[in-house]
Amino acid sequence: MDNFGELLHGFSIAITVPHLVLMVVGVLLGILVGVLPGLGAPNGVSLLLPLTFGMQPVSAIILLSSMYWGALFGGSVTSILFNIPGEPSSVATTFDGYPMARDGRPTTALATAFGSAAFGALVGVILITFLASWVAQVALAFGPAEYFAVYFLAFASFVGMGGAAPSKTLVALAIGFAIAAIGIDTVSGSVRLTMGVDELVKGVNFVVAVMGLFGIGELLVAVEEEFHARAVSTKIEWREVFRAIGRLPRHSVALLRSAAIGCWMGITPGGPTAASFMSYGIARRFSRRGKYFGAGEVEGIISPETADHAAGTSALLPMLSLGIPGSATAAVMMGGLMIWGLNPGPMLFVDQKDFVWGLIASMYVGNIVAVALVLLTVPVFAALMRIPFVIIAPLIVIICVVGAYSVSNSYLDVVMMLGFGIVGYLFKKLFYPLAPLVLAIVIGDKAEDAFRQSMLMSKGSLGIFFANKLVTCLIVAGITLLLLPLVLQLPRLWRKPASAATGTTAQEKAQETAQETAREKVII
Amino acid sequence: MGRTSTFLLSAAAILLAGTMPALSAWQPQKPIEFVATAGPGGGTDNLARAVQNIITKHKLTEQPVVVVNKGGGSGAEGYVYGKASAGDPYKVIFGTSNAWQQPLVSKVAFNYTDLTPIAAMAQDEFLLWVKQDSPFKTAGDYLKAAASGEFKMGGAQSKDTDEVLTRMIEKAGHVKMTYIPFKSGAEAAVQLAGGHLDSHVNNPSESLGQWRGGTQRPLCVFSPKRLPQGAKITATEGWGDVPTCVEQGLDIKQYEQPRTVWLPGKVTPDQAAFYIDLMKKVQATPDWKDYIEKSSQIDTFLTGTEFDNFIKEDLERVRLVAGEQGWLVK
Repeated sequence: MDNFGELLHGFSIAITVPHLVLMVVGVLLGILVGVLPGLGAPNGVSLLLPLTFGMQPVSAIILLSSMYWGALFGGSVTSILFNIPGEPSSVATTFDGYPMARDGRPTTALATAFGSAAFGALVGVILITFLASWVAQVALAFGPAEYFAVYFLAFASFVGMGGAAPSKTLVALAIGFAIAAIGIDTVSGSVRLTMGVDELVKGVNFVVAVMGLFGIGELLVAVEEEFHARAVSTKIEWREVFRAIGRLPRHSVALLRSAAIGCWMGITPGGPTAASFMSYGIARRFSRRGKYFGAGEVEGIISPETADHAAGTSALLPMLSLGIPGSATAAVMMGGLMIWGLNPGPMLFVDQKDFVWGLIASMYVGNIVAVALVLLTVPVFAALMRIPFVIIAPLIVIICVVGAYSVSNSYLDVVMMLGFGIVGYLFKKLFYPLAPLVLAIVIGDKAEDAFRQSMLMSKGSLGIFFANKLVTCLIVAGITLLLLPLVLQLPRLWRKPASAATGTTAQEKAQETAQETAREKVII
Repeated sequence: MGRTSTFLLSAAAILLAGTMPALSAWQPQKPIEFVATAGPGGGTDNLARAVQNIITKHKLTEQPVVVVNKGGGSGAEGYVYGKASAGDPYKVIFGTSNAWQQPLVSKVAFNYTDLTPIAAMAQDEFLLWVKQDSPFKTAGDYLKAAASGEFKMGGAQSKDTDEVLTRMIEKAGHVKMTYIPFKSGAEAAVQLAGGHLDSHVNNPSESLGQWRGGTQRPLCVFSPKRLPQGAKITATEGWGDVPTCVEQGLDIKQYEQPRTVWLPGKVTPDQAAFYIDLMKKVQATPDWKDYIEKSSQIDTFLTGTEFDNFIKEDLERVRLVAGEQGWLVK
C-alpha cells in the first residue's frame, strides 16, 4: 500500500485553499467552454496554457485538469439538450439523452448523465491510484496489431449489436470510412479524396461532421414534423435532481459494466470515444429494456457517460507514465508539462512524486467539485428547454455555424457542416443509422493506420493478428460480437418457415410491419 | 556578380532595418495570428506558444498575439492557409522543413515559394535510438545485425524527415529496413519501448523521458560534433556523452530539422523586417534560452540569404533521396 501513503501526501498538496480555488475556477471555466459552441476542452486548455507558465507545475496541472473535468461535464449539456455533441466521446450520450430531454425530462437526463459520469471518473481515478505500474505495463504491450484489434472490437460491438438493418449499417460505415480517408494519409504520405479542393488536405474535422449530422439534421427533421417539446414544468426541479441521482444505484450492473469497459478502453489505447460507443452498444444488447434504447432510456445515458469518463480519466495515466496522450486535451497538457520543465515518462513517478500524486489527489477532489457545481447548474440548463422552438431553432443554427467556423477559422468548414446537416436529414428520413457513420469518421483512419502498420510489420501476412494471446483474444472477441446477432437469429429463421406454413393473418402481418417501423424510428 | 551584390545589399538592408528602430518602419495595427502547422502539444505548437508567451511577457509588441493550430494534412493545412492569406502581414506561420519537403513528395497545393521566409529559429537534432535491453552497444553493432535481418524502423509521418533519414541510413550502412510511419515521434517511442520496433530516429525532446526512464537509449547523434554536455539525463550520461554517428562508422555527418517562421507571400519588405526584428528580440530573452534548454534543441538564427541557402542545400539532399525512392511528384 505504498501508493496509499503517496496518495495521502497528494491530498495534503491538493487540499489547500489556493488549489481549491484553482479547481473551482478551472471547473467553471471548463463548464463554460464545454457549453459554448465549438470551443471544447482542447481549445479551452490551450487558451489557458500560457497563463500557467509562471505557476508551480502542480498548481498549473490542477487548473488545467479541473478545466478538463468541467469541459467534459459541460459537453454533455449540449448533447442532451440540443443534440449537439461537443466532443467525439459525447456522441453516444445524444442517443438517449436528447430523446429524454425532448420528452420533457431534461432535469432527469442531465442529472443522470452527471451522476454516472462522476461515478465513471471515480472508478478511473481509483484504478490509476492502485494499479499505476501494472497499467503502464499493459499499455506497452500494444503494438499496431493490438491497436487494430481494439478498434475492430469497438466496431464489432457496435455494428453487431446495432438495431438497424445490417446492410444499412454497412453503408453508413462505408461512407464514414470514406470521409475519414480525406486528407493526407499517414502511411503513404499522399493526398487522398480532396476532389480538387486544396483546403480539404486537412481532412474532415469531427466537430464539423457531428454538428451538421446531429444539430442541423435533427433541426430539419423537427421543422418538418412541426416540433413541439413536451411542456416542461416551470418549477425549478431540485428534487428531481436528487431523485435521479438516488435512482442510479438501481442500475448498478450497467454502471459497473460501463466503468469496466471505460477503464479497459482508457488504458488500452481505444480512448473515450470508442469506450462510450462500445458501452452503449453492449448495454443495448444486454439491458432488459434494450429494445427501448434510443427513446430516452436511463441506461442509454448511464452507459456511454460512465464509460466516457472512466476512459477519459484513466487515459491520463498513459500520458503521465508513457508520454502517449490519450486524447487531444491530454496532448495539450503534455505540451504544458514539457514547458513547465517536466518530462512525461516512466521517471515522472519517481522524480516528481509531488506533482504526480498532487495531480491524482486533485482528480478525486476536482471531480467532486465539478459534479457539485454542474448539479447546481442543472435546473438552469434544463430551463433552456422551456424556450419556445421558434427561438431555440435559430439559436441552434448559430451554435452550429459558430462552432464549425471556430474549429479552424474556415468558411469551408461551415459549408461542410451544412452539407452534413442534409446528409443527417436524409439518413433519418431513410432510416439509416448515424452512429456507425460517426464511429467510422472518428476512429476509421486510426483503425486504417493500425491495420496498414501491422501489414508493413508482417510483410502482408494476416498471421500478425493471431501472433500472441492478447491480440488473438481481442480479435476473437470482436468476431464473436460481430457474429453473435447472426447466431441468435438462426433459431428464428428456423421457426419462420414453420409459422408461414400455419399461415399468418393479414392483420397480424400489418401489426408486425407497424412494429418494425416504430422500432426503426427509435433507431438513431 | 551584379546579382549577388544586389542580393547582399538587400539582405544587409533588411538586417539594418531590423536592428534600427526606424520611425518609418511598419508596425502592426491589429492582433497578430500565429499559425502552428501542427496539432496542440507538438514541437511546432510548443515553439509558437513559447514565442507568444515571450512576446506577451516582455511586451515586445503592442498588439495581442493569438495562436491557432492548423496541423491537418501533416501541416499542409497551415501552409495552404498561409498561401491563401497572401499580402496579409498579420498571419505568422510556424513550421519545420516540411514547408519545402512536403511539396516535393505529395501533391499539396502550396510550395515554400508561396511564403515569405522570416527565420529558422531552433534546430532539432536526430539520434538513433534502440530499446534499453537491446544487445547493440554502438551504431556499428546495430548495422552489422541489421545487415542480416530486416530491421523495423519507426518514425513520424511518411516520406518526411524521419523516413528520409532512414533511407539515408540504409544507403550509408548498406542495409535494408522496413520503415513504419506513425502519427508522431512520441508514438514511435512508445512502440519501441514495447518492443514492437527495433529502432527509431527521434529528436531529443521526443525520447528524453523514455531515456531517463530506462526504456530506450541513444546509440549516436547525426551531428558533426557531440551535443553540448548539459545536465545528466540518466545517472551516468548526458546528451554530450552520446557519440556522433560518424565516430561509430555510420557516415551521415549532419541531419537536423529547423523550426521555421514564415509570413504569407506578397508582404512588403518593411513588414518582413518587423517580424525578423521581433524574432531576434524574442531570441535575446532569458526565457528563450530556458525554452531551448528544456526542449533540448539547438539555438540558431538563420535569416535572409543564410536561410535561403540552408533551404537550397536541404532541398538538394532531400531531392536526391526522394528521387532514388521514386517519391517525387510530377
